[in-house]
Amino acid sequence: MRAEDSISPIVPPEEKQYSYLNLGPTHPATHGIFQNVLKMDGEVIVEAESTIGYIHRAFEKLAERRPFYQITPITDRMNYCSAPINNIGWHMTVEKLLGVEIPKRVQYMRVIIMELARITDHLICNAVIGVDTGALTGFVYMFQQREHVYEIYEEICGARLTTNLGRIGGFERDFSPKAWAKIEKFLKEFPEVLKEFEKLLVRNRIFMDRTIGVGGITAERALNYGFTGPNLRAAGVDYDVRVMNPYSSYEDFDFTVPVGTQGDTYDRFMVRQAEMWQSLSIIRQAIDKLPAGPFHADVPDFYLPPKEEVYNNMESLIYHFKIVMGETDVPKGEVYHSVEGGNGELGFYLISDGGRAPFRLHFRRPCFIYYQAYTEMVKGSMLSDAILTMSSMNVIAGELDA
Amino acid sequence: MESSKTDAIISIIRQEFESEIVHIEQPYDLLTITFKPERIIDIIQFLYSHSELQFQFLTTLCGIHYPDQNQIAVVYQLHNLKTNQRIRLKIFLSADQPQVSTLTGIFSAANWMERETYDFFGVTFIGHPNLKRILNVEDMIFFPLRKEFPLEDQTREDKNDALFGR
Repeated sequence: MRAEDSISPIVPPEEKQYSYLNLGPTHPATHGIFQNVLKMDGEVIVEAESTIGYIHRAFEKLAERRPFYQITPITDRMNYCSAPINNIGWHMTVEKLLGVEIPKRVQYMRVIIMELARITDHLICNAVIGVDTGALTGFVYMFQQREHVYEIYEEICGARLTTNLGRIGGFERDFSPKAWAKIEKFLKEFPEVLKEFEKLLVRNRIFMDRTIGVGGITAERALNYGFTGPNLRAAGVDYDVRVMNPYSSYEDFDFTVPVGTQGDTYDRFMVRQAEMWQSLSIIRQAIDKLPAGPFHADVPDFYLPPKEEVYNNMESLIYHFKIVMGETDVPKGEVYHSVEGGNGELGFYLISDGGRAPFRLHFRRPCFIYYQAYTEMVKGSMLSDAILTMSSMNVIAGELDA
Repeated sequence: MESSKTDAIISIIRQEFESEIVHIEQPYDLLTITFKPERIIDIIQFLYSHSELQFQFLTTLCGIHYPDQNQIAVVYQLHNLKTNQRIRLKIFLSADQPQVSTLTGIFSAANWMERETYDFFGVTFIGHPNLKRILNVEDMIFFPLRKEFPLEDQTREDKNDALFGR
């Protein structure tokens, strides 16, 4: 799209001239592929228009042909900063459709993984806010910690970024002692780094000047725009899916929902920061209270049997074949399930007509919904603040386009 | 979800829009009401501003294509964040020329959701401020999430559906 075409021409005052600036699609400061055409008066943004769809991959269409277990890798690629939440959210949607009872141990293990994912999601966002204000140091420290979480994923499922973690019904295997050791190590080391990071930025004069009052949104507008997650909580609304509609035994854990007041960049930063501490506490509680039991539910139609049984047992061989070929039919139904993703309410609206693949699957991607407020939020602000606003909203291109 | 709560909601809606209701069901505990499409915006406005209902959060808006009935459904999911009550509203439009009024007057969030629905299903939202394609290229002439749109290149010969699944 050409810059001049995208914005409806407003008759300018005689002597005034505006310039147009393309922010994106591939700009280091956008942290993803999306374009913003900005109409600028000097360094102030007069009007903005976002164009998205640069990495649209038609996931909803793809999902209509795939058996349920093959949709998990699709969900990875939505919010790739916290892929396990997407995976587990999808598994739970299918389990809700099937009416499967999930063992407590699996639920707790899922909570541990989801909270680790939330930490990685938030730490990237906050580290990048630091980068965009000119503080690269914190970013490097935080990224090292993300690496440690990825090593935990690696120990659990073998993959790092696009995890395809877990199965419908539970996990493919129990966490190994090495994985537990790595989680313990992370729980011990990360608070130190997080504290150091906070010291670096939270009461830093320059950082505060750059972020307080920048890119703010009121609670009413945020709700009207369908904000969820940390961005909504920064505006002062304590909506958290984990508390309001607890899933995967979140009701067993003791944690608070941090809220901000202004809805500006600083508040978003602080809410994410506080949520990381809460996540650490949830993981600790989950490990301490972890019940014994199986690491997967009894759903032979969807959960692959162990290999030895496939070779030695007729039923297992049949189940294995049917699952791999995707020939298991599911009940008819219409189900909506949402989880608290890194960026807010991640919802799966699944309609099954009883066939092997969904009849229709709609993803509620929080990014897609709140990013449309961006043009309103940056109107009248400086260009450098617009970049900060974007990074503090944590717009993930993969989730935007689906 | 207690049934008394949903019964109360249904009776409030019935009082006002009895003639508009087509069907009421509760799949997986989520109250789903199908309406006639003409007055859907009035209904949502009523749900939004009614002092007891207060469905003031738009969770999702999406389309569904039913090729057998030649219909396109538009689904609105609303949420009352105070009482944690969700509701799903459905309307069915003819797939030949699907048209419905826009929701952008009530929810700003509906802007891109409606553009997405237009993009993928070709539903025209009358009164939408900027109804153009959002994720697909602008000169596309299909509506790709309709069922008749092929997922893969149908001229491929190297892949046998009988062997490798549907």
